[in-house]
Amino acid sequence: MEFLSYLISGLSLGSVYAIIALGYTMVYGIAKMLNFAHGDVIMVGGYISYIAVTRAGLPGWLSVIVAMAVCTVLGVIIEGLAYRPLRSATSLAVLITAIGVSYFLQNAALLIWGANFKTYPSLISGTLKLFDNKLSIPYVAMLTIVVCILIMVGLTLFTSKTKMGKAMRACSEDKGAAQLMGINVNKTISVTFAIGSALAAIAGVLLCSSFPTLKPTTGSMPGIKAFTAAVFGGIGSIPGAFLGGLLLGIIESFAKAYISTQLANTIVFAVLIVVLLVRPAGLLGKYVPEKV
Amino acid sequence: MAMLEVSNINVYYGSIHAIKGITFDVNAGEIVTLIGANGAGKSTTLQTISGLLRSKTGGITFNGKSLSGVPAHKIVSMGIAHVPEGRRIFQQMTVEENIEMGAYTRPGSEYNESVEIVFNHFPRLKERRKQIAGTLSGGEQQMLAMGRAMMSKPELLMLDEPSMGLSPILVDEIFEIIKAFHKDGTTILLVEQNANKSLAISDRAYVLENGRVVLSGTGKELMQSEEIKKAYLGG
Repeated sequence: MEFLSYLISGLSLGSVYAIIALGYTMVYGIAKMLNFAHGDVIMVGGYISYIAVTRAGLPGWLSVIVAMAVCTVLGVIIEGLAYRPLRSATSLAVLITAIGVSYFLQNAALLIWGANFKTYPSLISGTLKLFDNKLSIPYVAMLTIVVCILIMVGLTLFTSKTKMGKAMRACSEDKGAAQLMGINVNKTISVTFAIGSALAAIAGVLLCSSFPTLKPTTGSMPGIKAFTAAVFGGIGSIPGAFLGGLLLGIIESFAKAYISTQLANTIVFAVLIVVLLVRPAGLLGKYVPEKV
Repeated sequence: MAMLEVSNINVYYGSIHAIKGITFDVNAGEIVTLIGANGAGKSTTLQTISGLLRSKTGGITFNGKSLSGVPAHKIVSMGIAHVPEGRRIFQQMTVEENIEMGAYTRPGSEYNESVEIVFNHFPRLKERRKQIAGTLSGGEQQMLAMGRAMMSKPELLMLDEPSMGLSPILVDEIFEIIKAFHKDGTTILLVEQNANKSLAISDRAYVLENGRVVLSGTGKELMQSEEIKKAYLGG
């Protein structure tokens, strides 16, 4: 029973990582950049939802929608102001800019909302008790897993069936050829950022519902772990981000339970290193040889 | 007035001056070829017309409208399709998805009709429409790149070395298809190293060398020219 409960909490944590990792991987797939500010968009989503519930008195579900709207706009603005002017710059310049944006968001949050922790009011409380109370599953864990699966299915359908989704895949393969088809690459990248940031807002709400302390650096560690998950699964691959996120969550949960709480993060990153040594492109990543 | 007028364009890659004041034109209904050795500036010229590169001087007009400052993704809907060097099909997408991307700027209602026309020219693509494009042979990839371009219903089709790396039989097939497109009313601007084949089907041709036009004339005239024979026709 214990095993099952750790597995479920791992799946729930992994689902949050997976949702964040999807944002990382989509942006990487298309813009070929690592958006290290992605984790901080999660934090903004958490704060917006917190304010919507506690100050404006909105119901929880509505606060999620408000947070998604704000983060979508934020994501598009970040892309337009910080990354678009660097479209033809070296990847190192873009990477450093992304780190700068990350610090900017953290410090802006510090100025606006202060350094004190906020206690996030969980949107869903209560637990489901099974097997004579031997197994208890928080409802929020179940919700997190379900939402993650829905997002994964939705994104898969979006990229395989819709015109915009296919245009995104075309851009991720060859921006020049995509332009020759009449695809507006800048617009496509903006849409990608919008989707990634809306997902970050959902991840922020789910994360804060499970771990209710909200502070300006709330998004950093989950952001880095989700980035790890995306690389673990094969960066650029949507199913890879999903799988990587879930596995990372489960490994972390088991490591905490059976090995050591302090060493959990070390173990997570050690697993990443081993996987990358054996499969440099990640679990589902494809090594794409460049044809000249 | 010619359909495409390129006048005095100068294109740079950083400090390298790749195109040095090229001027030429293409009339509606013609097949015009640019021939020249590697590095002569043929592909750069096509990329400048389709907006992927920019000229520092001069201008390009298409049906009387200036193309300068028009972003690459808007040039397709003006009626110019470009089959780039190396085909550049979307390797990880299916044949059918590649063809759909070709129709990106067109209304969905004409899709079925356009795809029918493309599959008539390239029956092999129809057989393989669910296949991932990267698994096609070189010749099939060239056909896909051409079919994809035709989905945008271009008035002017620009082809960059369509015969590159193909067996002689496939080269014949590709040239037959170019003629068929032309017969259906598409104006063709062809870039080729295979001077024999391309001059034979061309109304007119320009010879490029080191970023300049050094010779021009009708296809027949150039085929007779001693300089061309020496440089390109192995004669």
